[in-house]
Amino acid sequence: MTALRKVTVAVTGLNNIDSPGPGIPVIRGLKESKEFDLRIIGLAYEHLEPGIYMSDLVDKTYMIPYPAEGKDVLFNRLVEIYQKEKLDAIIPNFDAELFSFIKLEKKLEESGIKTYLPSLEQFEERNKSNLPAYGEKYGVNVPSGTEVFSISDLDNTLKSMNYPVMIKGKYYDAFKAFSLEQAVSYFTNMSEKWGLPVIVQEFIRGTEVNVIALGDGKGNLIAAVPMRKQYITDKGKAWGGITIDDKSMLDLAKKIISKTKWKGGMELELIRTTDNKLYLLEINPRIPAWVYLAVGAGQNIPEALLKLTLGMDVKPYTKYDFGKMFVRYSYDMIVDLELFSRLTTTGEL
Amino acid sequence: MIIKENIALSENGFVFNPSTGDSFTLNNTGKEVLMMIKDGKNLSQIADLMLVRYDADRVTIERYLEDFLNDLSLNNLMEE
Repeated sequence: MTALRKVTVAVTGLNNIDSPGPGIPVIRGLKESKEFDLRIIGLAYEHLEPGIYMSDLVDKTYMIPYPAEGKDVLFNRLVEIYQKEKLDAIIPNFDAELFSFIKLEKKLEESGIKTYLPSLEQFEERNKSNLPAYGEKYGVNVPSGTEVFSISDLDNTLKSMNYPVMIKGKYYDAFKAFSLEQAVSYFTNMSEKWGLPVIVQEFIRGTEVNVIALGDGKGNLIAAVPMRKQYITDKGKAWGGITIDDKSMLDLAKKIISKTKWKGGMELELIRTTDNKLYLLEINPRIPAWVYLAVGAGQNIPEALLKLTLGMDVKPYTKYDFGKMFVRYSYDMIVDLELFSRLTTTGEL
Repeated sequence: MIIKENIALSENGFVFNPSTGDSFTLNNTGKEVLMMIKDGKNLSQIADLMLVRYDADRVTIERYLEDFLNDLSLNNLMEE
Protein backbone atom coordinates (compact mmCIF):
# COMPACT_ATOMS: atom_id res chain seq x y z
CA MET A 1 0.00 0.00 0.00
CA THR A 2 1.43 3.38 -1.02
CA ALA A 3 1.20 6.24 1.41
CA LEU A 4 -0.95 9.13 0.25
CA ARG A 5 0.91 12.28 -0.72
CA LYS A 6 0.55 14.92 2.01
CA VAL A 7 -0.50 18.24 0.51
CA THR A 8 -1.60 21.50 2.10
CA VAL A 9 -4.00 23.48 -0.09
CA ALA A 10 -5.48 26.88 0.57
CA VAL A 11 -8.89 27.60 -0.91
CA THR A 12 -10.90 30.83 -1.14
CA GLY A 13 -14.63 31.21 -1.78
CA LEU A 14 -15.92 29.81 1.51
CA ASN A 15 -19.08 31.92 1.25
CA ASN A 16 -21.48 29.01 0.91
CA ILE A 17 -24.51 31.29 0.91
CA ASP A 18 -27.48 31.83 -1.44
CA SER A 19 -25.13 32.99 -4.19
CA PRO A 20 -22.43 30.53 -3.22
CA GLY A 21 -18.72 30.73 -3.79
CA PRO A 22 -17.10 27.60 -5.21
CA GLY A 23 -14.77 27.00 -2.22
CA ILE A 24 -16.78 24.38 -0.33
CA PRO A 25 -17.68 22.25 -3.37
CA VAL A 26 -14.04 22.48 -4.50
CA ILE A 27 -12.96 21.20 -1.08
CA ARG A 28 -15.53 18.38 -1.22
CA GLY A 29 -14.05 17.28 -4.54
CA LEU A 30 -10.49 17.49 -3.19
CA LYS A 31 -11.43 15.51 -0.09
CA GLU A 32 -12.70 12.67 -2.29
CA SER A 33 -9.30 12.25 -3.89
CA LYS A 34 -7.73 8.87 -3.26
CA GLU A 35 -4.26 10.19 -4.01
CA PHE A 36 -3.80 12.94 -1.47
CA ASP A 37 -3.78 13.27 2.27
CA LEU A 38 -4.98 16.85 2.40
CA ARG A 39 -4.82 19.64 4.89
CA ILE A 40 -7.30 22.31 3.80
CA ILE A 41 -6.63 25.92 4.68
CA GLY A 42 -9.55 28.28 4.18
CA LEU A 43 -8.84 31.85 3.14
CA ALA A 44 -11.75 34.14 4.02
CA TYR A 45 -12.64 37.78 3.49
CA GLU A 46 -15.64 37.92 5.82
CA HIS A 47 -16.01 36.54 9.33
CA LEU A 48 -19.35 34.92 8.52
CA GLU A 49 -18.34 32.91 5.47
CA PRO A 50 -19.96 29.58 6.39
CA GLY A 51 -17.02 27.45 5.24
CA ILE A 52 -14.90 28.85 8.08
CA TYR A 53 -17.05 26.95 10.56
CA MET A 54 -17.24 23.67 8.61
CA SER A 55 -14.53 21.92 10.59
CA ASP A 56 -15.09 18.60 8.80
CA LEU A 57 -14.03 20.23 5.53
CA VAL A 58 -11.73 23.09 6.51
CA ASP A 59 -8.86 22.40 8.90
CA LYS A 60 -7.91 26.01 9.58
CA THR A 61 -8.99 29.40 8.25
CA TYR A 62 -7.11 32.67 7.91
CA MET A 63 -8.61 36.04 7.12
CA ILE A 64 -7.09 37.69 4.07
CA PRO A 65 -7.36 41.33 2.88
CA TYR A 66 -9.86 42.37 0.23
CA PRO A 67 -8.47 42.78 -3.30
CA ALA A 68 -9.06 46.55 -3.03
CA GLU A 69 -6.22 46.74 -0.48
CA GLY A 70 -3.76 45.84 -3.20
CA LYS A 71 -1.74 42.83 -4.20
CA ASP A 72 1.25 43.61 -1.99
CA VAL A 73 -0.87 43.52 1.17
CA LEU A 74 -2.32 40.22 -0.03
CA PHE A 75 1.14 38.84 -0.79
CA ASN A 76 2.46 39.71 2.66
CA ARG A 77 -0.51 38.04 4.30
CA LEU A 78 -0.10 34.90 2.15
CA VAL A 79 3.58 34.70 3.07
CA GLU A 80 2.65 34.98 6.76
CA ILE A 81 0.19 32.10 6.29
CA TYR A 82 2.78 30.13 4.32
CA GLN A 83 5.26 30.44 7.16
CA LYS A 84 2.76 28.82 9.51
CA GLU A 85 1.21 26.27 7.19
CA LYS A 86 3.80 25.52 4.47
CA LEU A 87 1.15 25.80 1.77
CA ASP A 88 1.79 23.74 -1.34
CA ALA A 89 -0.91 25.35 -3.44
CA ILE A 90 -3.67 27.93 -3.48
CA ILE A 91 -6.91 27.56 -5.43
CA PRO A 92 -8.49 31.02 -5.72
CA ASN A 93 -12.20 30.93 -6.53
CA PHE A 94 -13.37 34.53 -6.89
CA ASP A 95 -13.33 36.52 -10.11
CA ALA A 96 -12.55 39.69 -8.20
CA GLU A 97 -9.40 38.29 -6.54
CA LEU A 98 -7.99 36.59 -9.64
CA PHE A 99 -6.30 39.69 -11.00
CA SER A 100 -4.17 39.94 -7.84
CA PHE A 101 -3.41 36.21 -7.77
CA ILE A 102 -2.41 36.22 -11.45
CA LYS A 103 -0.12 39.20 -10.84
CA LEU A 104 1.38 37.43 -7.83
CA GLU A 105 1.77 34.06 -9.54
CA LYS A 106 5.56 34.25 -9.96
CA LYS A 107 6.24 35.72 -6.53
CA LEU A 108 4.08 33.05 -4.92
CA GLU A 109 5.88 30.33 -6.88
CA GLU A 110 9.23 31.71 -5.71
CA SER A 111 7.91 31.54 -2.17
CA GLY A 112 6.94 27.90 -2.65
CA ILE A 113 3.21 28.33 -3.28
CA LYS A 114 1.87 27.00 -6.56
CA THR A 115 -1.21 28.22 -8.42
CA TYR A 116 -2.72 27.20 -11.76
CA LEU A 117 -4.21 30.28 -13.33
CA PRO A 118 -4.87 31.77 -16.75
CA SER A 119 -2.47 34.45 -17.97
CA LEU A 120 -3.44 38.07 -17.54
CA GLU A 121 -4.13 38.29 -21.30
CA GLN A 122 -6.43 35.25 -21.18
CA PHE A 123 -8.15 36.67 -18.11
CA GLU A 124 -8.68 40.14 -19.62
CA GLU A 125 -9.68 38.88 -23.05
CA ARG A 126 -12.75 37.02 -21.76
CA ASN A 127 -13.98 39.97 -19.69
CA LYS A 128 -17.70 40.56 -20.11
CA SER A 129 -16.96 43.90 -21.70
CA ASN A 130 -14.72 42.27 -24.35
CA LEU A 131 -17.20 39.53 -25.24
CA PRO A 132 -18.19 40.81 -28.73
CA ALA A 133 -14.52 40.95 -29.79
CA TYR A 134 -13.93 37.56 -28.18
CA GLY A 135 -16.84 36.04 -30.12
CA GLU A 136 -15.50 37.40 -33.37
CA LYS A 137 -11.92 36.31 -32.72
CA TYR A 138 -12.80 32.73 -31.80
CA GLY A 139 -15.88 32.23 -33.99
CA VAL A 140 -18.40 31.93 -31.16
CA ASN A 141 -21.98 33.33 -31.12
CA VAL A 142 -22.27 36.05 -28.49
CA PRO A 143 -25.05 38.54 -27.74
CA SER A 144 -24.33 42.08 -28.81
CA GLY A 145 -23.31 44.26 -25.92
CA THR A 146 -21.49 47.35 -24.86
CA GLU A 147 -19.89 48.95 -21.82
CA VAL A 148 -21.51 51.99 -20.29
CA PHE A 149 -19.89 54.43 -17.90
CA SER A 150 -22.72 56.84 -17.06
CA ILE A 151 -26.50 57.16 -17.10
CA SER A 152 -26.37 59.31 -20.24
CA ASP A 153 -24.19 56.64 -21.85
CA LEU A 154 -26.78 54.06 -20.87
CA ASP A 155 -29.60 56.20 -22.24
CA ASN A 156 -27.82 56.57 -25.60
CA THR A 157 -27.00 52.87 -25.82
CA LEU A 158 -30.56 51.81 -25.10
CA LYS A 159 -31.91 53.98 -27.94
CA SER A 160 -30.59 51.44 -30.42
CA MET A 161 -31.58 48.29 -28.48
CA ASN A 162 -34.82 46.38 -27.96
CA TYR A 163 -36.14 45.57 -24.50
CA PRO A 164 -35.64 43.51 -22.47
CA VAL A 165 -31.90 44.02 -22.09
CA MET A 166 -29.47 42.50 -19.61
CA ILE A 167 -27.67 44.88 -17.24
CA LYS A 168 -24.56 43.22 -15.85
CA GLY A 169 -22.05 44.11 -13.16
CA LYS A 170 -18.36 44.13 -13.99
CA TYR A 171 -17.72 40.96 -11.97
CA TYR A 172 -21.03 39.54 -10.81
CA ASP A 173 -24.81 39.98 -11.04
CA ALA A 174 -27.08 40.35 -14.03
CA PHE A 175 -30.60 41.73 -14.24
CA LYS A 176 -33.18 41.83 -16.99
CA ALA A 177 -34.51 45.35 -17.60
CA PHE A 178 -37.76 46.01 -19.43
CA SER A 179 -37.59 49.83 -19.46
CA LEU A 180 -35.14 52.70 -19.26
CA GLU A 181 -36.18 53.35 -15.65
CA GLN A 182 -35.41 49.77 -14.66
CA ALA A 183 -32.13 49.85 -16.56
CA VAL A 184 -31.08 53.06 -14.77
CA SER A 185 -31.92 51.56 -11.40
CA TYR A 186 -29.87 48.40 -12.13
CA PHE A 187 -27.04 50.51 -13.55
CA THR A 188 -26.86 52.54 -10.34
CA ASN A 189 -26.96 49.42 -8.23
CA MET A 190 -24.29 47.57 -10.30
CA SER A 191 -21.93 50.52 -10.52
CA GLU A 192 -22.10 51.10 -6.76
CA LYS A 193 -21.49 47.43 -6.06
CA TRP A 194 -18.91 46.45 -8.64
CA GLY A 195 -17.64 49.71 -10.10
CA LEU A 196 -17.59 50.80 -13.74
CA PRO A 197 -18.15 49.89 -16.48
CA VAL A 198 -21.56 48.28 -16.36
CA ILE A 199 -22.35 46.01 -19.31
CA VAL A 200 -25.53 46.28 -21.34
CA GLN A 201 -26.22 43.12 -23.30
CA GLU A 202 -28.81 41.95 -25.80
CA PHE A 203 -31.27 39.52 -24.14
CA ILE A 204 -31.24 36.10 -25.77
CA ARG A 205 -34.26 33.88 -25.18
CA GLY A 206 -33.65 30.21 -24.58
CA THR A 207 -32.56 27.58 -22.09
CA GLU A 208 -29.69 28.33 -19.73
CA VAL A 209 -26.96 25.74 -20.01
CA ASN A 210 -23.42 25.76 -18.66
CA VAL A 211 -20.21 23.87 -19.19
CA ILE A 212 -17.52 23.45 -16.55
CA ALA A 213 -14.13 22.91 -18.15
CA LEU A 214 -10.48 22.56 -17.23
CA GLY A 215 -7.65 23.49 -19.58
CA ASP A 216 -3.98 22.59 -19.21
CA GLY A 217 -2.61 25.79 -20.72
CA LYS A 218 -1.35 23.95 -23.80
CA GLY A 219 -4.69 23.75 -25.58
CA ASN A 220 -5.84 20.43 -24.10
CA LEU A 221 -9.24 20.00 -22.55
CA ILE A 222 -8.66 17.97 -19.39
CA ALA A 223 -12.24 17.82 -18.19
CA ALA A 224 -15.66 19.12 -19.26
CA VAL A 225 -19.21 18.50 -18.11
CA PRO A 226 -22.31 20.23 -19.56
CA MET A 227 -25.22 21.03 -17.27
CA ARG A 228 -28.69 22.42 -17.70
CA LYS A 229 -30.05 24.64 -14.96
CA GLN A 230 -33.31 23.23 -13.64
CA TYR A 231 -34.12 25.66 -10.85
CA ILE A 232 -32.85 29.21 -10.93
CA THR A 233 -32.91 31.57 -7.95
CA ASP A 234 -33.81 35.24 -8.15
CA LYS A 235 -30.06 35.88 -8.33
CA GLY A 236 -29.85 33.74 -11.46
CA LYS A 237 -27.99 30.96 -9.66
CA ALA A 238 -28.71 27.32 -10.35
CA TRP A 239 -30.27 25.71 -7.27
CA GLY A 240 -30.79 22.50 -9.19
CA GLY A 241 -29.21 21.22 -12.37
CA ILE A 242 -28.71 18.11 -14.44
CA THR A 243 -25.79 16.86 -16.54
CA ILE A 244 -26.73 16.51 -20.19
CA ASP A 245 -25.42 14.63 -23.17
CA ASP A 246 -24.73 17.55 -25.49
CA LYS A 247 -21.85 17.12 -27.89
CA SER A 248 -22.13 20.64 -29.29
CA MET A 249 -21.47 22.12 -25.84
CA LEU A 250 -18.44 19.88 -25.35
CA ASP A 251 -17.19 20.82 -28.82
CA LEU A 252 -17.55 24.50 -27.95
CA ALA A 253 -15.58 24.02 -24.71
CA LYS A 254 -12.92 22.12 -26.62
CA LYS A 255 -12.70 24.82 -29.28
CA ILE A 256 -12.38 27.63 -26.73
CA ILE A 257 -9.81 25.81 -24.57
CA SER A 258 -7.79 24.78 -27.62
CA LYS A 259 -7.84 28.18 -29.35
CA THR A 260 -7.16 30.22 -26.22
CA LYS A 261 -4.84 27.68 -24.53
CA TRP A 262 -6.75 28.39 -21.34
CA LYS A 263 -4.98 27.40 -18.16
CA GLY A 264 -7.14 26.41 -15.19
CA GLY A 265 -10.82 26.02 -14.49
CA MET A 266 -13.55 27.87 -16.32
CA GLU A 267 -17.29 27.98 -16.74
CA LEU A 268 -19.03 28.77 -20.00
CA GLU A 269 -22.44 30.35 -19.44
CA LEU A 270 -24.54 29.63 -22.50
CA ILE A 271 -28.05 29.99 -23.86
CA ARG A 272 -29.51 27.46 -26.24
CA THR A 273 -32.12 29.16 -28.41
CA THR A 274 -35.24 27.45 -29.75
CA ASP A 275 -33.56 27.19 -33.17
CA ASN A 276 -30.79 25.24 -31.43
CA LYS A 277 -28.03 27.86 -31.56
CA LEU A 278 -25.63 28.23 -28.67
CA TYR A 279 -24.80 31.75 -27.49
CA LEU A 280 -21.93 32.41 -25.12
CA LEU A 281 -23.06 34.85 -22.43
CA GLU A 282 -20.02 34.81 -20.19
CA ILE A 283 -16.83 32.98 -19.39
CA ASN A 284 -16.17 32.73 -15.69
CA PRO A 285 -12.42 32.38 -15.21
CA ARG A 286 -12.59 29.83 -12.40
CA ILE A 287 -14.37 26.72 -11.23
CA PRO A 288 -18.10 27.37 -10.70
CA ALA A 289 -20.03 26.65 -7.49
CA TRP A 290 -21.82 23.65 -9.08
CA VAL A 291 -18.50 21.81 -9.57
CA TYR A 292 -19.55 19.03 -7.21
CA LEU A 293 -22.07 17.90 -9.85
CA ALA A 294 -19.14 17.21 -12.17
CA VAL A 295 -17.46 15.23 -9.37
CA GLY A 296 -20.69 13.26 -8.89
CA ALA A 297 -20.89 12.65 -12.64
CA GLY A 298 -17.41 11.12 -12.69
CA GLN A 299 -15.00 14.00 -13.30
CA ASN A 300 -13.20 15.17 -10.17
CA ILE A 301 -12.21 18.55 -11.57
CA PRO A 302 -10.86 19.98 -8.28
CA GLU A 303 -8.56 16.97 -7.94
CA ALA A 304 -7.42 17.28 -11.57
CA LEU A 305 -6.79 21.00 -11.03
CA LEU A 306 -4.71 20.29 -7.92
CA LYS A 307 -2.66 17.71 -9.79
CA LEU A 308 -1.99 20.16 -12.61
CA THR A 309 -1.06 22.77 -10.00
CA LEU A 310 1.46 20.39 -8.45
CA GLY A 311 2.94 19.60 -11.86
CA MET A 312 1.58 16.05 -11.98
CA ASP A 313 0.45 14.31 -15.16
CA VAL A 314 -3.29 14.33 -15.65
CA LYS A 315 -5.04 12.17 -18.21
CA PRO A 316 -7.98 14.00 -19.81
CA TYR A 317 -11.37 12.74 -18.71
CA THR A 318 -13.28 11.24 -21.64
CA LYS A 319 -16.67 10.48 -20.13
CA TYR A 320 -19.16 11.48 -17.49
CA ASP A 321 -22.62 10.29 -16.43
CA PHE A 322 -25.47 12.28 -17.91
CA GLY A 323 -28.78 12.56 -16.10
CA LYS A 324 -27.01 13.23 -12.75
CA MET A 325 -28.69 16.00 -10.82
CA PHE A 326 -27.70 18.34 -8.05
CA VAL A 327 -30.17 19.89 -5.67
CA ARG A 328 -28.68 22.60 -3.50
CA TYR A 329 -29.85 23.20 0.05
CA SER A 330 -29.16 25.57 2.90
CA TYR A 331 -28.31 24.45 6.41
CA ASP A 332 -28.02 26.32 9.66
CA MET A 333 -24.89 25.62 11.67
CA ILE A 334 -24.76 26.45 15.35
CA VAL A 335 -21.53 28.26 16.15
CA ASP A 336 -20.12 29.15 19.54
CA LEU A 337 -19.43 32.84 20.01
CA GLU A 338 -15.97 31.91 21.23
CA LEU A 339 -15.01 30.71 17.71
CA PHE A 340 -16.32 33.88 16.12
CA SER A 341 -14.50 36.08 18.65
CA ARG A 342 -11.23 34.17 18.16
CA LEU A 343 -11.50 34.69 14.40
CA THR A 344 -12.33 38.39 14.66
CA THR A 345 -9.55 39.11 17.14
CA THR A 346 -6.73 36.95 15.77
CA GLY A 347 -7.66 36.65 12.09
CA GLU A 348 -7.47 32.87 12.19
CA LEU A 349 -9.49 29.91 13.36
CA MET B 1 -41.72 8.15 -36.97
CA ILE B 2 -38.57 7.45 -35.00
CA ILE B 3 -37.93 8.36 -31.39
CA LYS B 4 -34.44 9.73 -30.74
CA GLU B 5 -32.17 6.88 -29.85
CA ASN B 6 -30.97 8.23 -26.53
CA ILE B 7 -34.43 8.95 -25.09
CA ALA B 8 -34.89 6.95 -21.89
CA LEU B 9 -38.30 5.59 -20.89
CA SER B 10 -38.69 4.02 -17.46
CA GLU B 11 -41.21 1.41 -16.31
CA ASN B 12 -43.28 4.05 -14.54
CA GLY B 13 -43.61 6.28 -17.62
CA PHE B 14 -40.81 8.74 -16.85
CA VAL B 15 -39.22 10.02 -20.06
CA PHE B 16 -35.80 11.67 -20.02
CA ASN B 17 -34.09 13.42 -22.89
CA PRO B 18 -30.36 13.38 -22.00
CA SER B 19 -29.48 15.90 -24.71
CA THR B 20 -31.62 18.66 -23.25
CA GLY B 21 -32.17 17.53 -19.66
CA ASP B 22 -35.96 17.67 -20.19
CA SER B 23 -38.08 15.10 -18.41
CA PHE B 24 -41.76 14.20 -18.81
CA THR B 25 -44.26 11.93 -17.13
CA LEU B 26 -46.56 9.82 -19.31
CA ASN B 27 -49.77 8.12 -18.28
CA ASN B 28 -50.15 4.42 -19.01
CA THR B 29 -51.55 4.95 -22.50
CA GLY B 30 -48.76 7.36 -23.43
CA LYS B 31 -46.17 4.94 -22.12
CA GLU B 32 -47.74 2.11 -24.10
CA VAL B 33 -47.71 4.15 -27.32
CA LEU B 34 -44.14 5.37 -26.83
CA MET B 35 -42.97 1.82 -26.26
CA MET B 36 -44.66 0.74 -29.49
CA ILE B 37 -42.98 3.60 -31.38
CA LYS B 38 -39.64 2.58 -29.86
CA ASP B 39 -40.34 -0.97 -31.08
CA GLY B 40 -40.58 0.42 -34.62
CA LYS B 41 -44.34 0.21 -35.14
CA ASN B 42 -45.99 2.73 -37.45
CA LEU B 43 -49.12 4.78 -36.78
CA SER B 44 -51.46 2.30 -38.46
CA GLN B 45 -50.01 -0.69 -36.58
CA ILE B 46 -50.30 1.18 -33.28
CA ALA B 47 -53.91 2.13 -34.07
CA ASP B 48 -54.69 -1.55 -34.82
CA LEU B 49 -53.38 -2.61 -31.42
CA MET B 50 -55.14 0.23 -29.59
CA LEU B 51 -58.43 -0.70 -31.26
CA VAL B 52 -58.22 -4.11 -29.68
CA ARG B 53 -57.27 -2.79 -26.25
CA TYR B 54 -59.55 0.25 -25.93
CA ASP B 55 -63.21 0.91 -26.43
CA ALA B 56 -62.91 3.65 -29.09
CA ASP B 57 -63.31 3.94 -32.83
CA ARG B 58 -60.36 4.11 -35.25
CA VAL B 59 -60.87 7.82 -36.14
CA THR B 60 -60.75 8.87 -32.49
CA ILE B 61 -57.71 6.70 -31.78
CA GLU B 62 -55.81 8.05 -34.79
CA ARG B 63 -56.67 11.63 -33.88
CA TYR B 64 -55.29 11.15 -30.33
CA LEU B 65 -52.24 9.36 -31.70
CA GLU B 66 -51.48 12.24 -34.06
CA ASP B 67 -51.83 14.75 -31.22
CA PHE B 68 -49.48 12.66 -29.10
CA LEU B 69 -46.91 12.39 -31.90
CA ASN B 70 -47.12 16.12 -32.38
CA ASP B 71 -46.39 16.63 -28.66
CA LEU B 72 -43.41 14.28 -28.89
CA SER B 73 -42.09 16.20 -31.84
CA LEU B 74 -42.62 19.62 -30.22
CA ASN B 75 -40.68 18.40 -27.21
CA ASN B 76 -37.70 17.32 -29.31
CA LEU B 77 -38.18 13.63 -28.67
CA MET B 78 -38.52 12.57 -32.32
CA GLU B 79 -35.84 12.41 -34.97
CA GLU B 80 -36.24 15.25 -37.53
